[in-house]
Amino acid sequence: MLKRSSKWLAFVALAMLSAFGVTACGSDTATSTSGDAEGQTVGFLYVGPKNDFGYNQAAYEGSLEVEKNVPGTKLIQAENVPETSEASRVMEKMIKDGATTIFATSYGHLQPMLAVAKKHPEVTFEHQGGVKSGANVGTYFGQIYEAQYLTGMAAGLSTKSNKLGYVVAVPIPQTLLNINAFELGAQSVNPKAKTTVVFTGSWCDPAKQKEAADTLIQGGADVLSQHQDCTKTIVETTEKAGAMSVGYHADASSLAPNGWLTGSVWNWGPLYTDIVKTIGEGKWKGSKYDADYRVGFADSDVIELAPFGSAVTPEVEKQVLAKQEEMKAKDFYPFEGPVVDQAGKTQIPKGENPTPAELETTDYLVQGVVGKIPTGK
Amino acid sequence: MLEAIILGAVSYGACLIFAAEGELIAERSGIVNLGTEGSILCGALLSFMVTVWTGSPYIGAIFGLVGGALPALLHAFMVVGRKADQLASGLAITFLGLGVTAALGKSFVDDKINGMDAIGIPLLKDIPLIGSAFFDQDILTYLALLVGPALWWFFKRTRAGLILRATGESGDVVYAYGHSPRKVRYLAVTAGGALAGLGGAQLVLATTLNWTENITQGRGFVAVALVIFASWLPLRAAGGALLFGAAFALNLVLQTEGVGIPSFYLLMLPYVLTLIVLAVTSKGQKQMMPAGLKAVFAPGGT
Repeated sequence: MLKRSSKWLAFVALAMLSAFGVTACGSDTATSTSGDAEGQTVGFLYVGPKNDFGYNQAAYEGSLEVEKNVPGTKLIQAENVPETSEASRVMEKMIKDGATTIFATSYGHLQPMLAVAKKHPEVTFEHQGGVKSGANVGTYFGQIYEAQYLTGMAAGLSTKSNKLGYVVAVPIPQTLLNINAFELGAQSVNPKAKTTVVFTGSWCDPAKQKEAADTLIQGGADVLSQHQDCTKTIVETTEKAGAMSVGYHADASSLAPNGWLTGSVWNWGPLYTDIVKTIGEGKWKGSKYDADYRVGFADSDVIELAPFGSAVTPEVEKQVLAKQEEMKAKDFYPFEGPVVDQAGKTQIPKGENPTPAELETTDYLVQGVVGKIPTGK
Repeated sequence: MLEAIILGAVSYGACLIFAAEGELIAERSGIVNLGTEGSILCGALLSFMVTVWTGSPYIGAIFGLVGGALPALLHAFMVVGRKADQLASGLAITFLGLGVTAALGKSFVDDKINGMDAIGIPLLKDIPLIGSAFFDQDILTYLALLVGPALWWFFKRTRAGLILRATGESGDVVYAYGHSPRKVRYLAVTAGGALAGLGGAQLVLATTLNWTENITQGRGFVAVALVIFASWLPLRAAGGALLFGAAFALNLVLQTEGVGIPSFYLLMLPYVLTLIVLAVTSKGQKQMMPAGLKAVFAPGGT
């Protein structure tokens, strides 16, 4: 009997392992080639699935453009790569399979990447959103808050209740920047507009997102924005309730035929392509990509506005696009002082314009935002 | 504000009620099922798939039962049929469910469904405060509200319920009375899994209306904890699940009101509040833990 049960326990252990294999450690890798194998082999890591209507899908679609635009590129794709030493193993495997360039697209992939980068000085590493910390490691990111400022304008001009809602995962500089930009954009065109923030504590818990969206709408909010990894539930819930949606990460206008305003969207393709080309020409060392590369509307099309929806009047559209042109012409910066926080303290003095690095340490919410972050202040 | 909390209690708690009552049935027969999380996941995915294929969330919900029952049946086979360790098998089922649903569900992440519509009960749904929460819901949420009382009646008033409870206390006695404790446990664990699967169906067909990997986010383990803290009583387990939902809704309402409590503390609220209330209410009451479970929780027991 004992023998028998231990045999079954072994089976149980196996079952567990295989289950992990599918979700965590498996990080399903797929390889594809276009044209001759002359060009580079480029590895891409994503923390989630490539079809999440969000962050990962945007990065995945960008990678496909590299394959299309740089002849001979071979892609190695790895989805669902956890932000642990597992990411290091995935990168090692990619290098073994011939990768000479690796893009890690999630914030938490930075540490594992640094470990691998030290061991492989011949490989070029690019990290999305991190801080440069190695000779062969560069970082890049888009100033998505510029787009959030514009979506905030659209929301502020479209709201009837002057109450905007924002569903956020966790309070980190990136999310706080987006909330602040959204509220600043809204109050620039509608001084009465207030943004209520709800933290769900999770990057993708659709049931929590649903409750959070419902609560905001019941509280009177008629435009909802969000910062989550998976974005569908909030857009659909908002649409069902007859309220308006501002999207994030990806164009979800198809989910909200009536209430879609616009959204902030990533367009990684051209940037990825240029980075890969630069590496291919042997010009990466000392280039702008061999650093902390940050771009907004002015210098690239990494960030974009999603198409305007039917809920947006032509007048609103004109006003928003005009502001976008100002940003492109470097005539306007969303966080040019004065910026005052919830407590009334001036965080950015009048006329000052913080650098991207300074902005990435944001730990406050601006005046006009309802909600509290645990800063201990 | 109070209305929002009551509404949140019901709509957020519904999935948990199904899962907790399912777990309770299994545990009352003497089997702990840590695979409940896996059952919710499988029920959620299968019901979603079938709804995509057929266009009917009602047919989907029926398959939610099936999806939840299958992993539970596997658990019953392992622990009743093969005497495997209950905790290890349950965990394995959960991880298996997580892996299988992640893999099979991949192509369904993009799909849209028309979920279950709310069916309001005339007059009753207009009652202030509680009307929208209790009388303007979809079928699955109504069902969730009925599961606790139904199970209470089943245990208290029916012969089958008595046999199930007796099996949890002492399989030998039930055997001596001419019933097969194995059969009872198989049935109880599988039925419990089916209920958990219905909870998964409620999650995707009435709440989120879409599928994503690991959509349950640990609700199955919350359910297991609820059963223990509700000292294996169906009405109290249902109450605990509603309380958990209410506390989550309260957290959201407090956040939107701009109350000056950091959100990290508010996010703990459902867990802390439910623990405190259940600990206080079960104080001084008779512990209803089935004797058969002592073997699981105390190593070396028989």
